[in-house]
Amino acid sequence: MNILINDTPQTLPSDATLADALALVNATPPYAAAVNRQFVPRSNYATHALQPEDRIEVIRPVTGG
Amino acid sequence: MTTNPSNDPLVLYGQSFQSRLLLGTARYPSPDVLEAAVKRARPAMLTASLRRQTATPNGAGGSDGNGFWELLRRLDVPVLPNTAGCHSVQEVIATAQMARELFGTPWIKLELIGDDYTLQPDTLNLVDAASQLIRDGFQVLPYCTEDLVLCQRLVDVGCQAVMPWAAPIGTGRGPVNPYALQVLRERLSVPLLVDAGLGLPSHACQVMEWGYDGVLLNTAVALAQDPVAMAGAFADAVQAGRSARHAGAMAAQESAQPSTPVLGTPFWHHAASQ
Repeated sequence: MNILINDTPQTLPSDATLADALALVNATPPYAAAVNRQFVPRSNYATHALQPEDRIEVIRPVTGG
Repeated sequence: MTTNPSNDPLVLYGQSFQSRLLLGTARYPSPDVLEAAVKRARPAMLTASLRRQTATPNGAGGSDGNGFWELLRRLDVPVLPNTAGCHSVQEVIATAQMARELFGTPWIKLELIGDDYTLQPDTLNLVDAASQLIRDGFQVLPYCTEDLVLCQRLVDVGCQAVMPWAAPIGTGRGPVNPYALQVLRERLSVPLLVDAGLGLPSHACQVMEWGYDGVLLNTAVALAQDPVAMAGAFADAVQAGRSARHAGAMAAQESAQPSTPVLGTPFWHHAASQ
């Protein structure tokens, strides 16, 4: 299935989880994630089943005001 | 009279802070300068933000993000994550929840932008966002305008402190609406921190003299020619304003009042021509 990770098109098997998506982009701690603008706790990565056209955000800490 | 910070802590959501200065971490010339500025200012909290990871050959985090993360851990100052860049309540909620997991803190600086040119908060949806965050267990510090009714509504939904702007973010103009900021101080009893728009230590001192409980600033320090010295100047100004507020200012007079005693002035009543 086709998904978007940080707005970049990616392809994953139809039974993929969020953990698979994070592994695909080699996500490295510290990071957090959301799917379709909904936060997904770290403890749910392995069980959160993805759907076609899901939009995944993988974020990291940066400087800010 | 000098106010001793150890006897006059800033209290937010029941937590005491020895400093009344909150400092942003963005736009410094280098991480080393940021670190030195933080050590000079000794702020109560440091703001931070979240952005997308960029894929790199060595991992999605990249060295820049991890470097900042390591700096935060080394400085050991409480982190106040923000929701900068969010334009909807849904984005705010998701960003805050990611920040809570990432930074391991319930603190959140609520930013909900309504206008990209001025970075003015979306005042029509800010209260809803604050309310949802508080119900979710966050300790919310909302960035808002100086509108009295808006600030009161934020308090009504559970915000235990409010952060009105002095001027648009990054302008350094200082308080553009002194009357409204002073009225706000008179009307609300919760801690008030001025967030955004300060450019000079005198601006910070001024709002502290008005009775504000603290200030949050970033650009005024980061873009100074000597950010480390400016960080110290702001810390001193915040403390000076706080002490002045406690000391109580004299009432302004319409006419001159000699400070040196008049009685016994030499040559009193001598004719000027003799």
